Parts: sequence; C-alpha cells; structure tokens
Amino acid sequence: MSKSFLEVDGLSKVYPDGQGGELTVFEDIRFALEKGEFVCIIGHSGCGKSTILNVLAGLDEASAGNVVMNGKEIKGPGLERGVVFQNYSLLPWKTTLNNIVFAVKARWPDWSKEKVKEHSERYLKMVGLDHALNRKPSQLSGGMRQRVSIARAFATQPELLLLDEPFGALDALTRGVIQDELVKIWEETRQTVFMITHDVDEAILLSDRIFLMSNGPNARIAESVKVDIPHPRARATIFQNPAYHKTRDYLVDFLVNRSGSALPEKDGTPKIVEPAKGVAQSGPASDESETESETAARAVNA
Amino acid sequence: MASLNVRAALLSVSFLILALGLWEMATQPPEAQTGMTEYEMLMGGADQESRVPPPSAVIKLAWAELSNPFYDAGANDKGIGIQLAYSVYRVLTGYLAAMAIALPIGFLIGMSPLMYKALNPYIQVLRPISPLAWMPLALFIIQDSDASAIFVIFICSIWPMLLNTAFGVANVRQDWVNVARTHELSPIKTALTVILPAAAPTILTGMRISIGIAWLVIVAAEMLVGGTGIGYYVWNEWNNLDLASVIFSILMIGVVGMLLDLALGKAQKLVEYKE
Repeated sequence: MSKSFLEVDGLSKVYPDGQGGELTVFEDIRFALEKGEFVCIIGHSGCGKSTILNVLAGLDEASAGNVVMNGKEIKGPGLERGVVFQNYSLLPWKTTLNNIVFAVKARWPDWSKEKVKEHSERYLKMVGLDHALNRKPSQLSGGMRQRVSIARAFATQPELLLLDEPFGALDALTRGVIQDELVKIWEETRQTVFMITHDVDEAILLSDRIFLMSNGPNARIAESVKVDIPHPRARATIFQNPAYHKTRDYLVDFLVNRSGSALPEKDGTPKIVEPAKGVAQSGPASDESETESETAARAVNA
Repeated sequence: MASLNVRAALLSVSFLILALGLWEMATQPPEAQTGMTEYEMLMGGADQESRVPPPSAVIKLAWAELSNPFYDAGANDKGIGIQLAYSVYRVLTGYLAAMAIALPIGFLIGMSPLMYKALNPYIQVLRPISPLAWMPLALFIIQDSDASAIFVIFICSIWPMLLNTAFGVANVRQDWVNVARTHELSPIKTALTVILPAAAPTILTGMRISIGIAWLVIVAAEMLVGGTGIGYYVWNEWNNLDLASVIFSILMIGVVGMLLDLALGKAQKLVEYKE
C-alpha cells in the first residue's frame, strides 16, 4: 500500500450542542493528497470545511481521527504548512514588505538581512505589489491585502498550502484578477494546495480535484470530482473547453440536488467521479501526471 | 475667510483678554474713602492686602520667577524650576517603578485567564483606594518622606497601566495570534513581535491615564510630606499669604501636567496603527 503525501484518516468533530447533547459537525473524513496537487473543497455552510482546514493547519483539534503528512502525524501548527486566511490576517503595524520579511525570517532564521529582503521582494513582485512595499495594510485595498497574504504564504515555501476561502471577501472583478495571479504562481511553483471555496467556477479554474461535502451535521466528503482540463488554464478561455461545462453541471447538480443525501463509498473514501471523461482535450503531460495522482489516491482508498 | 485654526486662535485670545480684564477689574482696591471706619483704623487700613491679587500682579511675579527659576536661597526659598524639578523627579521615579511592575503583570493577566481570575479580586479591592490613604503606612514602613511620596505615586499609577495592559493583551485578535502560531514563533517572540505591538495602543492609553493621575496626586502628597516640590511650594506660599505665588504655581502645575500628557500623546501616536 503506497503512502500519499498527506493522509486524512477518520477525522470527526463533535461540539456540545448547548442543551446537554452533542453535535457531530462532520465525521469519518477520509482523503489523501498527492504532492503538487491543487484540491478544492466545496460544501454548504455549516459542513465544517473551515474546521477541517484548521485541523490540517494545526490550529484546531479534531475529536477523532488523525492527519499524517510525510509520514508524520500533524500536531499543532508548523512552518511546513502555510495558511491564507479569508480576512488576510496581515499585521497592520508592519509595512507590506515587513509582513513578508516577518514570515521569511521565521522560516529561515539564519538567512542574512539582504537575502531575506530580496526573497520577500521577489514574491511581492510575483503578485504585482512591488510598488507598494512600504505601505501599511490599511492603505491597501482588500484585493491588494489578499495578494500580500498570498505572497506571504508562498514566500515561506510550505509543503502544503491551506487557503481558507481566500477570495470570499472580494468583489467579482478583483477576485478574477487574483485568481489569474494564483494560477500563474501555482504554475510556477507547483505547490500542494488545499483550498476552501464557495465558487464552482473558481474551483474548476484552479483545481485538479474537487471534494464535494454533504450537508452538516454529520457531513462527509462524499465525492472527489476530477477536473479533466489541461494546464496552463486561463480564466478567459477555460469556458471554451467542453469538459468545463460537463464538470460545472455536475458540481452544480450536486450542490443543488444531492448534497443533502450524498454518501461516500462504503469504506468511507470519497466516490471518484470523472464527469468529463471522454470529452477532455487534455495535453499528454498533464494528463499523465493527473492519472498518476488519481491512481495513487485510488490505491490509498482501496 | 480665515482658516478654522486662525479663527479659533483669535477667539481663544479674546476669551483670555476678557477673563483677565474681568479679573483685573474685580480685584481693584476700593477707592480711598475720605474717612476710615473705626474698625478699619483699628486694622491699620489692611483691607486691600487680603484681596485676590489682580492678574497684573501675578504676571509681574511670574516674570520675576521665570527669569530666575533655579535659584536656591535656603530651605524655604527655592526657585519654581527647582520645586517643579523635584515633583517631576518623584513622579517619574514612581511612574517608572509602576511601569516595571504593571506591564509584566498586565501581560501575565492578559495571557492567562487563570491568573486573571486569581488576581482580579485583589486588584478590584486595591484599585479604588485613594493613594493618599497609603501615606501613613508608607511613612511608618519606609521612614522617609521623599520615598513615601514616590511610593504613593507608584501605587496610584500602577492600576490604569496594569488593567489596560491586561485588557489590550487579552483582546489581541486571534487571527494575529494564529499568524504567530503558523509561523512557529516561540512564546517570547510571539509576545514581543505580535502581542506587544498589537496591544501597544491600549497600553499607551493606560500609561497616559497613569501619568495624569500621578501628576494630580503628587501635589497632594507633597503638601503632606513637605520639604520640597511644587505641592509643598503651593502650601508654603499659602502659609505666607502670598496669593500671587499660589496662583502662579497653580498655573505652572497645569502647564507641566499638560506637557507630560503631550509627551505621552506623542508616544501614543508612534505605536498607533489602523486596521
């Protein structure tokens, strides 16, 4: 049995319901991520997506189950996992540059000042903020703040990036621009990303696989939907791909009609779905790597 | 149309002139009457001496005092600068000692709900005690009037700093603490690079309240312990029935208090941040 990069095994979260009883938000969550994958998770509010992400980040504890990354169990937060929060979480008394420097210094404490600064500036340039190095977060727009936050997470080069609905608070136009930037950075760095979103189009644009969660309480990750569209993708052209529409229809149908009753496989792993099978016009290289990771995931699931 | 500042300044000055004018008029000695009553003759015509001095007399005295503020002609005759310097020295010593205790303990209480619950009852009982009520105990234990005055300043300035530090630290946004956690900062580093700057504006507010209270209390404390300081000076001039000096020193107390507040206000500006 091959080991995946990240393995989540039987995670559940139970809260007291305030009337003496207990409320199980989600239960028996099982999935695996491969190195270099971009995976989005979609589900209705209250299904516990954010809690799952926080458990992966080490900021929250699950009631049962465990998470193993690189063969080591995750206990508490760590620099090998970077987090982008929905509300940016920049330190408002630091300038844009110093917000990145702060993180880079924490990651590589023995780097020289110049090296830290140069590295930080490089990542700010990637998100197009090299003109705003010395401005405070309060002097930036919401979109710019989220760019800083993304630059901070990528600059520390974590093995796993966790994005908690990073574009949720942005207007549609800004969101589109930053999605394009995220695609660009990801194509460059090919980091492993686990992201929460509410936006079906965003999920298709960005991810290799999309996890669909059923509704809480007792929510499960019911299905794992493969996005069979080759990289590099672009927001302006992706809708011309027939696989895009097949995938989108499938996701919307799940969220509207089936999220209340959907269940995973009997062994608790998500059902693997390929809604665009046969219609994809995928390039050979990316197709191969995706098949590989899917096979690996299947192997773990089996 | 002149700017708002210019108009406000003009209005301020005219209020001042009006007030000084009324004061001057109200304190003129009565015109000499042709004959004194029998009582006035018995009092040697001393009536006008016991009036509140007019502003002109206060300004004349202020000019004389401020042109030579640091003279020292014996225990009961020192320049206003020397007296103020004594008071400022006591306030700053007591205040810095209070800071050294209040900031770390405030941090501890803010970080630990356990310590907060354990220490809160004591703070709530000790905080409303008038600082001067400590004076007899301080004099008995310390046996030194100067150190007792400093102790009173210490005890009165500790509470606002302590409570504001605890409040500021306890209310640092969880997001920022999470940023520190995901970057694996040590507890000390988290305290210094995240919690301290985040809580600094609240802490500085406490420090500003404290310096104001300390300056209020020093005058009363020095009236009690005597010897030196602006509080002693006021009381001494009252005993000398030199009301012009009393009024002048009251004004100086106000000016120095304002300067202390301005200094803390500037410091507050330095650590402020917008979210």
